[in-house]
This record gives sequence, structure tokens and C-alpha cells, in this order.
Amino acid sequence: MALSGLDIYKLLPKTNCKKCGFQTCLAFAMQLAKKAVSLDKCPDVGAEVRALLEEASQPAIRLVEVGAGDRRFAVGQETVLFRHEEKFHHPTAIGLIVEDDVPASGLAHVLKGIHALEFERVGQKIGVQAIALHNKSGEKGRFLEQLKAVRAASSLPLILMTSSAATLKEALAVAGPERPLAYCHRVTDLASYISVCREFGVPLAFRASSLEEFSGATRQAVQSGFADLVLDIPEGRAADRLWQLTQMRRLAVKKGERSLGFPTMVIVDTAVESEAVCQAAAYISKYANILLLRTVKPEHILPLLTFRQNIYTDPQKPLQVEPNIYPIGDVSKDSPVLITTNFSLTYYTVLGEIESSRVPSYLICMNTEGMSVLTAWAAEKFGAEQIADTLVKFKLADVVSHTNLIIPGYVAMMSGDLEDKSGWRVLVGPREASGLPAYLKNL
Amino acid sequence: MAEELRLVSHWSQRVHEVRIGATKQEGGSRAVTLTVGGQGALPFLFKEGALPHPPLIAAEVFDVIDEDWPETLCRDLDGMSRDPVRWAGTMIKDVQADLVCLKLSGTHPDGADKPAAEACDLVKKVLSAVDRPLIVLGCGDAPKDNEVLPVISEATKGERLLFGDVVQENYKTLTAACIADGHSIVAESPIDVNIAKQLNILVSDLGLPLDRIVINPTIGALGYGLEYAYSIMERARGAALSGDKMLAMPFICFVGQETWRTKEARVPESDSPGWGDARERGIMWEVVAAMAMLQAGADILTMRHPQAIRIVKHAITELMKG
Ligand code: SF4
Repeated sequence: MALSGLDIYKLLPKTNCKKCGFQTCLAFAMQLAKKAVSLDKCPDVGAEVRALLEEASQPAIRLVEVGAGDRRFAVGQETVLFRHEEKFHHPTAIGLIVEDDVPASGLAHVLKGIHALEFERVGQKIGVQAIALHNKSGEKGRFLEQLKAVRAASSLPLILMTSSAATLKEALAVAGPERPLAYCHRVTDLASYISVCREFGVPLAFRASSLEEFSGATRQAVQSGFADLVLDIPEGRAADRLWQLTQMRRLAVKKGERSLGFPTMVIVDTAVESEAVCQAAAYISKYANILLLRTVKPEHILPLLTFRQNIYTDPQKPLQVEPNIYPIGDVSKDSPVLITTNFSLTYYTVLGEIESSRVPSYLICMNTEGMSVLTAWAAEKFGAEQIADTLVKFKLADVVSHTNLIIPGYVAMMSGDLEDKSGWRVLVGPREASGLPAYLKNL
Repeated sequence: MAEELRLVSHWSQRVHEVRIGATKQEGGSRAVTLTVGGQGALPFLFKEGALPHPPLIAAEVFDVIDEDWPETLCRDLDGMSRDPVRWAGTMIKDVQADLVCLKLSGTHPDGADKPAAEACDLVKKVLSAVDRPLIVLGCGDAPKDNEVLPVISEATKGERLLFGDVVQENYKTLTAACIADGHSIVAESPIDVNIAKQLNILVSDLGLPLDRIVINPTIGALGYGLEYAYSIMERARGAALSGDKMLAMPFICFVGQETWRTKEARVPESDSPGWGDARERGIMWEVVAAMAMLQAGADILTMRHPQAIRIVKHAITELMKG
């Protein structure tokens, strides 16, 4: 947990000897708290204090990296319980469970489904992160064979859910360099799993039955020098799992409880797909860092990925689009011109509707500093004057041969003023983007 | 392990309990009344405080529907949508929604412009077709709502319905009517904690008790700004539990209304290869938005698709097993 300047001051020699280059120990402590200087500047702190300060500068929740290459992902290092307090940092990684007893033809089908789970929303690519290969057969040979087939067909990071440490060891002998996440289902097996994971340098998720058991197990692991851990919440009622997830986050972030400061994992193993989606949504809200599911249907995964994107958006920084004139479809000099703001949600909503209208159009994305239409209008970032200036700046007169400009219905009140200031004829579009296809078709 | 691994928040205040519907003995005609609010803890954290009432699902029913609802939705509503009374009955009896949210879109001056008497007649018919509480929403045109809703309020005096929405610019007429006739109110604020609080103060200054107000925080659809209301609700609920009684109202979230305007809930599979089955996609778009709102503290979800209602209702039952 981060220490305040005063907390740090209490640990310093308090001699104000100035060897660090600061007038007082307190001044130095304040800079240390801001991480603006290194502790090494003070020659007089003892090893014990040094260790204490180093420990305190660790994040409350560890960062765990899974996979190698382009598809690798990191989870953890969260700092708050509510996104409005700062933001959520590392989006919940969604992994799909694949059984090792699925025959080759079935496997190809499943993998094809998984690979199709990539989408683009508001200019960002969103998709699933991992394949969790489960040793359902309990057999080593079957697992290794399936692992080979999955690796041949997919570059997604893997989660290896083997039923024994011996199987894991053989699996890592081939897949180890790809840094898969290993998984230990029984806390009693943890020591043998850890020794295998240490050998191959891969992270390990494990299941325990209670916070106390998790805490005891991680302490032991850390003492033995292995800390690349993920905590898998045991099966149980949704409210119990939410309670454990909340307690872990709270204890780690608010109380500096190191033994629970690890990323979490939740396996949603419900046969009914709609129930699985409901549970998954709840755990994306409340503190699951890795979420394993069985459904590979895009109509189930797309809403979950979209929700994850919503929740992990930085509340202080609305996503923005580069201001410009964007041609949509096969445009010509006669194509209609629409204008909107550069708040990405607004822009991409309007873009999507123009695309579905199939009417080739120009869309002017105006710099409103990421504000939506009405907010920007109220803040005088989307008023007649600013729009008129933008048309000149983007040389719209060179782009089209007509002089009609379509503005959002919500700012219809500026029509007259805008016509006066810009010399363009203003057409009032619909208030909601969803009205655009009908509007453009009837233009 | 000397210290216990537990960090429980101690909250100083509960959310106000709002009761909807009145029985015969109480001066209404409902067989069932429903209560929301009363929470002394964050959503579903039963070990931390009282969570006495499950969140409710109100089935959206319209007097007149927009013509451009997606085909799959229309098919699943199976012609009901032309007959609001039958629609309301089915959503309660077959779909098992907790209550009905009747929106009087048809009174809008730019639309069918139905007169107050006709709207009032429909409300009475719905009340006799279902024995559960009712939410009545105006069309959103302030002058017309001020004309229509007081008439309905008076005609349903004593039923303890939930009327909406009042906004900062137009709250007096409907609030006065609800005070006089014993109803409760939905207070709408544009994704803004301060305005939500301000409006609650204005409404209560007119004389409406705090336990007759429900906050509409104006949610966005999944993928269309849902996170804004999500965080506003988390902030408001945190303030409420910490002692701000002017924010300690239950939330109503218009999930159906927002969901079914989105591209993802509407476009057929042929237009969006890779997005999966269009019907199921629309349903899950509504379901995931509802689940998100539940985690943010929603008390009443208004929802549209019968299957989405069934799925979320089951999920609520599971979540309430504390
Ligand atoms: S060198 Fe160390 S002891 Fe000296 S003033 Fe700086 S912090 Fe204080």
C-alpha cells in the first residue's frame, strides 16, 4: 500500500543533514511519496527501513502476465473498488474452456468459433484472451495430444487445467516458452504445482476454499520465492462468490493485505448458457480478473465484451476520435455531409447508422474535446461559430460541390445562426442517430 | 494469521423503502403490493447489512408502439403489442414480471395525440386486467403530460401507483397530483448526482415524503454509455448509505427502452455476419444491461423482451440466495 510523505518521514533519520540534496528529511520524504526521487540519495537509511519502503512501493495487487508474443495479456494491479474513484486498469481476461476429450472434428469447430470472437467497437478491437484446456479425461496422453492440436491451430494464450502436476510438467516441456497460466484445482497439490511452475517460469492459478486458506497458501508460496499467483474463487452461490471477490479486493486495496493481493479468477461452469452470461456479467462488474466460460456463441460473448469495455473505460478520459472529414462508402462530390462531435461514442454511433443506411456520405468529426452533442453545444464547443470555422479549416467547399450541411436534431436551434455565419444551407437531421438511415434514404 | 481476514463497511443509513400498489383494505385494488429499497449494504453483499427486497422487473407495455421495433421482438410479443391490456396481462401471468410499466407514448402531440380521457381509460383497464402494481409514464412532452397525468392520478386515487417522470424543469404539476392522490413519483436526472439530489429536494419541498420518490438516473444502453449511469448510481448509493437522505432513494432503470434502440439488438444476422443469432443477441443485450444495472444498485428494471425478463428474473432469484 502506498505510504504518505508523513509515513515515510517517520522512517527517515530525521537529522536534516541535507546529504540527499533536500533541506529537510520531510522535504525528501514528500518527494519519495511522489516517487520523484530514489531512496538511494539518503545514505543513512538502514536496510530494514529500505526493505519496508520497497515493500510499500509494491502495488496492492500484483500484476500477472500470461502468454507470450502479441496475444499476451496482463491482469491485476487494480487500485480501487469503484471505477469512479480512479479507473479499472486491466480488463477482465475472458477465456474459453475446451475439454481434452473433444474429438478432432469437434475441436476444429470449437476453435473456429473461438477465433471468430473478435470484434471492433468504438474504434477498439475487443476479443477473448485465452483458451483454457481442461484435463477432463484425467489422462496425461489425451491432454498432451489435445494440447498439441490446440497449439497447432491457435495462437491464443493457454490456461492448462491439468489433473496432476506430472501432466503439467510434460505439458510445459512443450508449451512452457509460451508462458501459459497453469492451474491447480486442489490446494493440497499446490506445492508440487509450484515447483513445476517455478522450473518453467510460468504463473499459476489455484483454488482454495476460503480467504484464510488462500492467504495461508500465498504466504507459504511467497516465502518459498514464488509469487506469480492467481486466486480461483471456489464454486458456490453467486452472492458468496461476489462477497469473496469484494473482500479480496477490499482487503488488498484498503488494508494492504498482501496475502490476498493477487489477481482473481472465476470459472462459470453453468450448463445453461443464459445463466452463464448473467453470472459472467456480475463477475465482470465485481472484481474478476480472469473469467472462464464455456459458451462460444458470439451473441453471448459480444455483449459481455462490450460490457467489459464499458466498465474498463477511464471515467476521466472519454474516448476521442481524430477530428477530420471521413468519407463513408463510395462517396462523390454530391454526397451528403453530416457533422458530429469527436466523442467516440457519438461518432461511432453516427458512423454505424450511416453505414447501415448504405447512403455514401461524408461525416465531419469536429473537435469538441470528447464532449457529446448537447454538452459540447452548451460548452460552446459545438456552436455556430465553431462549426463555421471547422468547415473552413477542413476546406469542405473543395470536397463537395453542393452547400448543404446536416446537423444533429438536438442542435436545430442554431440553424439560422449557422447559415449566417457559414454561408452553408443547414438541414436538420434526426435527434437520435437511429433515425439516420430513414433520413438519409429520403433525402 | 492474527487478524481476521474481513473488511466490512459500516454504513450509517438505509435506502428509503418505497411501497408500490395498495390493497383493498388500504384504499386500492391490488392483490399484491411491492416494496423496493431498504438496503443497508451494497448490492448483494448480504454479510454486510440488510437487503430486504429483491430488485423488481417491470414489463414495458405501450399504448401505441413505434412501428420500427425489430422483427424478432415483434414476433416474440406475438401481436400482443396491439392490445396493451392483453399485453400487460400476459407479462404478469405468463412471463411473471413483477409489475407493469405502462408508457403512454400515444398521448404525444407529435404522435397519435390521444386525449387524457382515452389514456385514463386504458390505465383503468390495465388495472382491472392485472392485480399487481402499475407504473404509469407520460409521453415526455411536458405540457401534454401535465394535462394527462393528473387526470389519471385522480382517477386512480389511493392505488399508490408510481408515476413518471418529473424533471427539474417540470415537476410541480405531477408532484402536486401525486401528493393529493397518494401516489409515488419517478424523478429523472440527466446522469448527474447533483441534479438528482436537487430534484429530490424540490419534490420533497412541495410536500412529497422521501419514501415516495424513485430516482431515474437516465441509463445508456450497453455499449452506448451504460458506464456513465453505472458510476453515477454507485456514487449516489455510496452517498445514500453514508447518510445523505436526499439521495437515499431506490433506482429505476429503463433497460428495455434503451436496449431496443441499439444497433446490436436490432440488426438482422444478414447485416452483421459474426454477431450471431439476431433474436438471442437482442435478448442478451437486454439481459447484460440489466445485470450491469443490478450490480450498480438498481431496484426496478423496466424490460421489454419476455425471454430477457425470464432470464433476469431467474438470475435475481439466484443472486438473492444470500
Ligand atoms: S540525507 Fe537522509 S537524513 Fe539527511 S536530510 Fe536527507 S533524508 Fe534526511
